[in-house]
Amino acid sequence: MIANKELVFSKDLANKKVHVVREFDAPVEQVWKAWTESEILDQWWAPRPWKTETKSMDFREGGRWLYSMVGPEGERHYCLADYQKIVPNKSYTYIDAFCDENGNKGEDFPNMHWLVEFKATGQGTTVAIEISFSSEDSFQKIIEMGFEQGFTMALGNLDEVLAK
Amino acid sequence: MKRDVFQAIADPTRRAILSLIALQPMTPNALTEHFDTSRQAVSKHIKVLTECQLVKQEQSGREIYYHFNPKKMKVIADWLEPFRQLWETRFNQLDAVLNNLKNK
Repeated sequence: MIANKELVFSKDLANKKVHVVREFDAPVEQVWKAWTESEILDQWWAPRPWKTETKSMDFREGGRWLYSMVGPEGERHYCLADYQKIVPNKSYTYIDAFCDENGNKGEDFPNMHWLVEFKATGQGTTVAIEISFSSEDSFQKIIEMGFEQGFTMALGNLDEVLAK
Repeated sequence: MKRDVFQAIADPTRRAILSLIALQPMTPNALTEHFDTSRQAVSKHIKVLTECQLVKQEQSGREIYYHFNPKKMKVIADWLEPFRQLWETRFNQLDAVLNNLKNK
Protein backbone atom coordinates (compact mmCIF):
# COMPACT_ATOMS: atom_id res chain seq x y z
CA MET A 1 0.00 0.00 0.00
CA ILE A 2 1.19 3.47 -0.80
CA ALA A 3 1.00 5.93 2.04
CA ASN A 4 -0.79 9.10 1.11
CA LYS A 5 1.00 11.63 3.27
CA GLU A 6 0.12 15.26 3.39
CA LEU A 7 2.28 17.72 1.54
CA VAL A 8 3.05 21.00 3.25
CA PHE A 9 3.75 23.77 0.77
CA SER A 10 4.35 27.26 2.07
CA LYS A 11 5.58 30.45 0.54
CA ASP A 12 7.66 33.06 2.20
CA LEU A 13 7.75 35.60 -0.58
CA ALA A 14 9.10 38.37 1.62
CA ASN A 15 12.25 36.29 2.08
CA LYS A 16 12.16 34.86 -1.45
CA LYS A 17 11.65 31.30 -0.26
CA VAL A 18 9.37 28.34 -0.82
CA HIS A 19 9.14 25.45 1.67
CA VAL A 20 8.01 21.93 0.87
CA VAL A 21 7.69 19.25 3.56
CA ARG A 22 6.48 15.66 3.22
CA GLU A 23 6.79 12.41 5.13
CA PHE A 24 7.65 9.10 3.47
CA ASP A 25 7.00 5.59 4.61
CA ALA A 26 10.59 4.31 4.39
CA PRO A 27 13.81 4.50 6.43
CA VAL A 28 16.11 7.50 6.00
CA GLU A 29 18.81 5.51 4.18
CA GLN A 30 16.33 4.46 1.51
CA VAL A 31 14.79 7.88 1.04
CA TRP A 32 18.27 9.39 0.84
CA LYS A 33 19.17 6.90 -1.90
CA ALA A 34 16.04 7.78 -3.84
CA TRP A 35 17.15 11.42 -3.87
CA THR A 36 20.83 10.94 -4.54
CA GLU A 37 21.17 8.01 -6.96
CA SER A 38 20.33 8.82 -10.55
CA GLU A 39 18.84 5.41 -11.38
CA ILE A 40 16.18 5.97 -8.72
CA LEU A 41 15.79 9.71 -9.28
CA ASP A 42 15.03 9.06 -12.94
CA GLN A 43 12.04 6.97 -11.87
CA TRP A 44 10.19 9.72 -10.00
CA TRP A 45 11.65 13.22 -10.42
CA ALA A 46 9.60 14.15 -13.49
CA PRO A 47 5.84 14.03 -13.01
CA ARG A 48 4.35 11.71 -15.61
CA PRO A 49 3.91 11.82 -18.55
CA TRP A 50 7.29 13.57 -18.42
CA LYS A 51 10.45 11.53 -17.93
CA THR A 52 13.79 12.30 -16.37
CA GLU A 53 16.90 11.17 -18.23
CA THR A 54 20.21 11.52 -16.45
CA LYS A 55 23.10 12.39 -18.70
CA SER A 56 25.69 12.34 -15.94
CA MET A 57 25.68 12.39 -12.19
CA ASP A 58 28.50 12.94 -9.78
CA PHE A 59 27.02 13.09 -6.32
CA ARG A 60 29.73 14.70 -4.23
CA GLU A 61 30.53 18.20 -3.02
CA GLY A 62 31.42 20.19 -6.13
CA GLY A 63 29.87 17.52 -8.37
CA ARG A 64 27.00 17.90 -10.81
CA TRP A 65 23.80 16.18 -11.92
CA LEU A 66 23.08 16.91 -15.58
CA TYR A 67 19.70 15.67 -16.73
CA SER A 68 16.86 16.39 -19.05
CA MET A 69 13.13 16.43 -18.64
CA VAL A 70 11.56 14.76 -21.65
CA GLY A 71 7.99 15.58 -22.54
CA PRO A 72 5.35 13.39 -24.14
CA GLU A 73 6.00 15.01 -27.53
CA GLY A 74 9.71 14.43 -27.17
CA GLU A 75 10.38 18.01 -26.10
CA ARG A 76 13.44 18.24 -23.91
CA HIS A 77 14.60 20.67 -21.23
CA TYR A 78 18.09 20.29 -19.83
CA CYS A 79 18.68 21.08 -16.19
CA LEU A 80 21.58 20.79 -13.84
CA ALA A 81 22.19 20.63 -10.13
CA ASP A 82 25.57 21.76 -8.79
CA TYR A 83 26.04 20.09 -5.43
CA GLN A 84 27.51 22.17 -2.66
CA LYS A 85 27.42 20.67 0.83
CA ILE A 86 26.57 17.03 1.45
CA VAL A 87 26.01 15.45 4.87
CA PRO A 88 25.09 11.80 4.14
CA ASN A 89 21.60 10.76 5.31
CA LYS A 90 21.04 14.25 6.74
CA SER A 91 21.09 17.03 4.18
CA TYR A 92 22.52 18.41 0.99
CA THR A 93 22.44 21.71 -0.83
CA TYR A 94 22.68 22.57 -4.49
CA ILE A 95 22.16 25.30 -7.03
CA ASP A 96 19.93 24.44 -9.96
CA ALA A 97 19.77 26.01 -13.38
CA PHE A 98 18.49 25.49 -16.87
CA CYS A 99 21.23 24.68 -19.37
CA ASP A 100 22.02 23.14 -22.74
CA GLU A 101 22.89 19.48 -23.31
CA ASN A 102 26.51 20.12 -22.37
CA GLY A 103 25.62 21.80 -19.13
CA ASN A 104 26.25 25.36 -20.27
CA LYS A 105 24.01 27.53 -18.15
CA GLY A 106 21.69 29.94 -19.90
CA GLU A 107 22.92 33.42 -19.06
CA ASP A 108 19.51 34.84 -18.45
CA PHE A 109 18.08 31.92 -16.56
CA PRO A 110 17.63 32.31 -12.84
CA ASN A 111 19.26 30.09 -10.25
CA MET A 112 17.57 28.65 -7.25
CA HIS A 113 19.30 27.44 -4.13
CA TRP A 114 18.02 24.17 -2.68
CA LEU A 115 18.40 22.75 0.81
CA VAL A 116 17.06 19.22 1.21
CA GLU A 117 16.92 17.80 4.75
CA PHE A 118 16.07 14.27 5.88
CA LYS A 119 14.83 13.36 9.35
CA ALA A 120 13.86 10.00 10.77
CA THR A 121 10.42 9.87 12.33
CA GLY A 122 8.65 7.06 14.17
CA GLN A 123 6.99 5.94 10.96
CA GLY A 124 9.53 6.81 8.32
CA THR A 125 11.32 9.85 7.04
CA THR A 126 10.45 13.50 6.75
CA VAL A 127 11.95 15.42 3.85
CA ALA A 128 12.04 19.20 4.16
CA ILE A 129 13.00 21.31 1.18
CA GLU A 130 13.78 24.99 1.19
CA ILE A 131 14.09 26.64 -2.20
CA SER A 132 15.46 30.15 -2.18
CA PHE A 133 16.05 32.52 -5.01
CA SER A 134 19.70 33.41 -5.07
CA SER A 135 19.36 37.10 -5.90
CA GLU A 136 16.89 39.87 -6.49
CA ASP A 137 17.57 39.45 -10.16
CA SER A 138 16.74 35.80 -10.25
CA PHE A 139 13.68 36.34 -8.06
CA GLN A 140 12.42 38.86 -10.55
CA LYS A 141 13.12 36.55 -13.49
CA ILE A 142 11.46 33.57 -11.83
CA ILE A 143 8.46 35.74 -11.27
CA GLU A 144 8.44 36.97 -14.84
CA MET A 145 8.76 33.56 -16.43
CA GLY A 146 6.90 31.49 -13.88
CA PHE A 147 8.34 28.39 -12.34
CA GLU A 148 8.85 27.19 -15.86
CA GLN A 149 9.53 23.62 -14.92
CA GLY A 150 6.60 23.39 -12.55
CA PHE A 151 4.26 24.86 -15.05
CA THR A 152 5.28 22.75 -17.99
CA MET A 153 4.99 19.62 -15.90
CA ALA A 154 1.74 20.54 -14.26
CA LEU A 155 0.23 21.26 -17.64
CA GLY A 156 1.54 17.95 -18.91
CA ASN A 157 -0.27 16.19 -16.09
CA LEU A 158 -3.39 18.08 -16.88
CA ASP A 159 -3.25 16.75 -20.43
CA GLU A 160 -3.01 13.24 -19.07
CA VAL A 161 -5.99 13.74 -16.83
CA LEU A 162 -8.04 15.24 -19.63
CA ALA A 163 -7.15 12.38 -21.96
CA LYS A 164 -8.71 9.82 -19.62
CA MET B 1 0.74 51.62 -17.77
CA LYS B 2 -0.85 48.48 -16.43
CA ARG B 3 1.19 46.82 -13.71
CA ASP B 4 0.78 43.44 -12.10
CA VAL B 5 1.38 42.15 -8.58
CA PHE B 6 4.44 40.18 -9.62
CA GLN B 7 6.20 43.32 -10.66
CA ALA B 8 5.23 44.82 -7.32
CA ILE B 9 6.74 42.11 -5.17
CA ALA B 10 9.89 41.73 -7.28
CA ASP B 11 11.38 44.74 -5.48
CA PRO B 12 12.75 44.33 -1.92
CA THR B 13 11.69 47.81 -0.75
CA ARG B 14 8.17 47.21 -1.97
CA ARG B 15 8.06 43.86 -0.19
CA ALA B 16 9.18 45.62 2.98
CA ILE B 17 6.49 48.27 2.58
CA LEU B 18 3.87 45.55 2.17
CA SER B 19 5.08 43.75 5.29
CA LEU B 20 4.80 46.96 7.28
CA ILE B 21 1.34 48.01 6.16
CA ALA B 22 0.04 44.45 6.40
CA LEU B 23 0.39 44.89 10.18
CA GLN B 24 -1.30 48.29 10.34
CA PRO B 25 -2.28 51.14 8.02
CA MET B 26 0.45 53.79 7.89
CA THR B 27 0.90 57.40 6.86
CA PRO B 28 3.58 58.30 4.27
CA ASN B 29 5.74 59.90 6.99
CA ALA B 30 5.54 56.95 9.34
CA LEU B 31 6.42 54.65 6.47
CA THR B 32 9.39 56.72 5.31
CA GLU B 33 10.93 56.53 8.79
CA HIS B 34 11.52 52.82 8.23
CA PHE B 35 13.72 53.38 5.20
CA ASP B 36 17.03 55.04 4.45
CA THR B 37 15.74 56.40 1.18
CA SER B 38 13.99 59.71 0.59
CA ARG B 39 10.28 60.28 0.97
CA GLN B 40 10.11 60.65 -2.82
CA ALA B 41 11.65 57.24 -3.37
CA VAL B 42 9.16 55.67 -0.97
CA SER B 43 6.32 57.53 -2.70
CA LYS B 44 7.41 56.11 -6.02
CA HIS B 45 7.20 52.58 -4.65
CA ILE B 46 3.81 53.32 -3.13
CA LYS B 47 2.66 54.53 -6.53
CA VAL B 48 3.60 51.19 -8.11
CA LEU B 49 1.89 49.29 -5.30
CA THR B 50 -1.23 51.40 -5.70
CA GLU B 51 -1.30 50.92 -9.46
CA CYS B 52 -1.35 47.17 -9.04
CA GLN B 53 -3.94 47.47 -6.27
CA LEU B 54 -1.88 45.94 -3.48
CA VAL B 55 -2.19 49.22 -1.59
CA LYS B 56 -5.24 51.40 -1.06
CA GLN B 57 -5.17 54.98 0.15
CA GLU B 58 -7.65 56.33 2.64
CA GLN B 59 -8.04 59.86 3.86
CA SER B 60 -8.49 60.21 7.61
CA GLY B 61 -8.74 63.84 8.67
CA ARG B 62 -5.67 65.60 7.29
CA GLU B 63 -3.68 62.40 6.94
CA ILE B 64 -3.52 59.80 4.19
CA TYR B 65 -3.23 56.21 5.36
CA TYR B 66 -1.94 53.35 3.23
CA HIS B 67 -3.85 50.10 3.61
CA PHE B 68 -2.83 46.65 2.48
CA ASN B 69 -5.14 44.79 0.08
CA PRO B 70 -4.72 41.07 0.83
CA LYS B 71 -7.21 40.01 -1.87
CA LYS B 72 -4.75 40.98 -4.53
CA MET B 73 -2.05 38.79 -2.98
CA LYS B 74 -4.22 35.78 -3.76
CA VAL B 75 -3.22 36.18 -7.39
CA ILE B 76 0.28 35.13 -6.37
CA ALA B 77 -0.94 32.17 -4.35
CA ASP B 78 -3.03 31.01 -7.31
CA TRP B 79 -0.09 31.38 -9.61
CA LEU B 80 2.02 29.16 -7.36
CA GLU B 81 -0.60 26.41 -7.26
CA PRO B 82 0.73 24.39 -10.25
CA PHE B 83 4.10 24.31 -8.54
CA ARG B 84 2.44 22.74 -5.49
CA GLN B 85 0.78 20.21 -7.75
CA LEU B 86 4.13 19.33 -9.26
CA TRP B 87 5.35 18.35 -5.80
CA GLU B 88 2.20 16.32 -5.08
CA THR B 89 2.70 14.27 -8.22
CA ARG B 90 6.42 13.95 -7.80
CA PHE B 91 6.10 12.72 -4.23
CA ASN B 92 3.35 10.24 -5.00
CA GLN B 93 5.72 8.76 -7.55
CA LEU B 94 8.47 8.66 -4.96
CA ASP B 95 6.11 6.76 -2.64
CA ALA B 96 5.65 4.15 -5.34
CA VAL B 97 9.40 3.91 -5.98
CA LEU B 98 10.15 3.53 -2.26
CA ASN B 99 7.48 0.88 -2.00
CA ASN B 100 9.10 -1.08 -4.83
CA LEU B 101 12.51 -0.83 -3.21
CA LYS B 102 11.07 -2.19 0.01
CA ASN B 103 9.57 -5.22 -1.68
CA LYS B 104 12.76 -6.19 -3.46
